[in-house]
Amino acid sequence: MTGVPADTAPSRRRLHWLDGLWPWLCAASVALSLLMLGALLTLLLVRGLGHFWPATLEEVTLRSGETFAGQAVREVALPQQPGDERLYFTGNRDIESVRWRWVAIDDIAMQAQPMDLIRLERSPWDDFIGRLVAIEQHDQRWEGDAAWQQLTSLLALPVSQRPDSQLLLITASGQAVQQPLANVVSAQAPNAMTWRQKTLAWSQSVWRFLSEGPRAANTGGGVWPAIFGTVLMVILMSVIVTPFGVLAAIYLNEIAHQGRLTRFVRIGVRNLAGVPSIVYGVFGLGVFVYGIGGSLDEWFFSETLPSPTFGTGGLLWASLTLALLTLPVVIVATEEGLARIPEAQREGAVALGATRLEMLTRIVLPMAAPAMLTGMILAIARAAGEVAPLMLVGVAKLAPQMPVDGEFPYLHLERKFMHLGYHLFDTAFHGDDVQAAIPLVYATALLLVLIVLVLNLTAIFLRHYLRRQRGSEC
Amino acid sequence: MLAPLHSVNTSQPPVTHFPPEHCCLSIDHLSLAYAGKEALRDLTLSIPRHRVTAFIGPSGCGKSTLLRAINRLHDLNEAVSHSGQIVLEGQDIHGPQVNVTELRRRVGMVFQTPNPFPMSIYENVAFGLRLQQRLPKRKRDDIIEWALTSAALWDEVKDRLHRSAWQLSGGQQQRLVIARTLAVKPDVLLLDEPASALDPISTLKIEELIRNLKSELTLVLVTHNMQQAARVSDYTAFLHQGELIEYGPTDQLFTNPRLQRTENYITGRVT
Ligand SMILES: Nc1ncnc2c1ncn2[C@@H]1O[C@H](COP(=O)(O)OP(=O)(O)OP(=O)(O)O)[C@@H](O)[C@H]1O
Ligand SMILES: [Mg+2]
Repeated sequence: MTGVPADTAPSRRRLHWLDGLWPWLCAASVALSLLMLGALLTLLLVRGLGHFWPATLEEVTLRSGETFAGQAVREVALPQQPGDERLYFTGNRDIESVRWRWVAIDDIAMQAQPMDLIRLERSPWDDFIGRLVAIEQHDQRWEGDAAWQQLTSLLALPVSQRPDSQLLLITASGQAVQQPLANVVSAQAPNAMTWRQKTLAWSQSVWRFLSEGPRAANTGGGVWPAIFGTVLMVILMSVIVTPFGVLAAIYLNEIAHQGRLTRFVRIGVRNLAGVPSIVYGVFGLGVFVYGIGGSLDEWFFSETLPSPTFGTGGLLWASLTLALLTLPVVIVATEEGLARIPEAQREGAVALGATRLEMLTRIVLPMAAPAMLTGMILAIARAAGEVAPLMLVGVAKLAPQMPVDGEFPYLHLERKFMHLGYHLFDTAFHGDDVQAAIPLVYATALLLVLIVLVLNLTAIFLRHYLRRQRGSEC
Repeated sequence: MLAPLHSVNTSQPPVTHFPPEHCCLSIDHLSLAYAGKEALRDLTLSIPRHRVTAFIGPSGCGKSTLLRAINRLHDLNEAVSHSGQIVLEGQDIHGPQVNVTELRRRVGMVFQTPNPFPMSIYENVAFGLRLQQRLPKRKRDDIIEWALTSAALWDEVKDRLHRSAWQLSGGQQQRLVIARTLAVKPDVLLLDEPASALDPISTLKIEELIRNLKSELTLVLVTHNMQQAARVSDYTAFLHQGELIEYGPTDQLFTNPRLQRTENYITGRVT
């Protein structure tokens, strides 16, 4: 064509070149995100779940002639000289006063995996690694294999029915110790276990991790109170935030005069979503805990003062603080849902003689329900992982009582509670044994991710169900 | 052919009058503005009972605006201001003793685009009924069947009453919306281009429906289709830029319009 200026041709060709490339760029960024996410989840899965696998115990004899038993954890290069050193978990802190040992590989003279090495999980002490010599119960005595069988059958009994017994043990270095059965939580002889037994033992320890309370300053035992606290707090938070957010959104979108003030409020709400969460924690501490809680104590619980009832951090204040934190999310999502409902639907209802309230409850709210649930999902996703504000308004390192029990009024909103996120933080940084904490940190992190996932999926399925029921896409 | 109800005042401009016993709705010096922008200017006309009155006019001339004014849908929009009166069966619809929701039930409205609710076909038709009073299920079912039959939809949907209304075709949706409005037994039915998006067969069905409904209620029809106005309406009003240009019996307006502008519009000449 003659009319086309000559200099447009090269730029067109350049666009063509980009045309072929940009889908790849997009795909690459998706792939990278997925890869990182996959790496994160794999790390958590392997380290978190691997921790519960019955690890092989080794008996190591050093060149110096010293013998010890333990579980090999990892190897790193020696700092100054060539060669590697290996970290062993040896347990027996009550006997040998250390539970970890770094050994240069070159120092190892002999290494074996004898079948009779056992590992006892104890409370209050940490793990014992060594051999079982005998069990004494009153005047009876079992030795060798019979002792091991007796031990496993005793541990199968419920704690209250276990008889008074003494375990005679010997460490790999040859030191004999006595241990009452009451201190033993579980026993394993991992080197003698088959795969099936190991799997069974693994699932049992996973279950104990999920269902038991923490031990040994959060470096051992389970996380059940933290799971319970997290879920309960998130549920309470959703119950509080959803109606508030929905009502606020309805007011902003359906009732308020759409003027400058409403626009201003709307912008304000959107920006609140960006306020750092610790600021909400400070607000919760100042207003909920000291302000409202303090007043409640003066009015209703004055007989127990000066020890506070509601005037200290607790489940209620934590839930309220997080509800406040997630309120903007719910409002924005609901408002978007409301705005998407065609005006024709509202007019149709009104034209049939519906009042404004009837139009809202019968047409608008059902149609906006999926959007409200989306808001709730986003709120849950944000709240379940929040730790910082909770530290100010009610989370505890170790809560003496669960927030729900058989005692009237069953749900104790004033109690402090445990939270997985905080538990994770506490285990990782505040324990006296960081090495022991690391696998627990992974396991707890995995659990936190799973819980957020489950809470979210529940809400997503609920939304899906609502949509299906309506046969609509809105 | 129905007997004429009107008398014509031959003063300028000519006004079509109905004696009170035949007048269902009378609009008196109605002006209406959206946020100060005038959409209807000083409109005066009356609409006869049990007849079909068609509003014609170019796009944006205010036909929909006028229909909405009749059942006070403009109340939802704060930006709308109006002056003048709309009198329904002797009562000013903006009067203090008027119950708006009752007025809207009496004046049914079918919108330019079908707007079935996201529920089942049955629930769509039951929607207005449920707002009124608690009916025994048997009675409600009867009314729903009657309404769907009147809207010529019953045979097509009777086997899937509990399926989503959004699965119906556009024409079926429009008839469903008509049935939904009929179910609450309105006195006046306002139809805003009910056949604008329909195929010829569905259009014919709706036109037949309009003719059948005439014996029971007063109909007001907005249409862009001159043949349709000529086929179904008894009276026709021609609006232009918010003003009533000409109003009279349909056959007279179409065969012998008094004004050149009307003739131009009807015959499709650009004005
Ligand atoms: N909600 C509204 N806000 C502001 N202006 C409006 C609104 N609705 C209608 N108008 C204006 O009022 C005038 C009349 O509109 P109306 O919808 O009554 O036209 P119409 O005759 O029904 O046109 P059509 O045949 O295209 O449906 C138009 O100029 C339109 O721009
Ligand atoms: Mg219109």
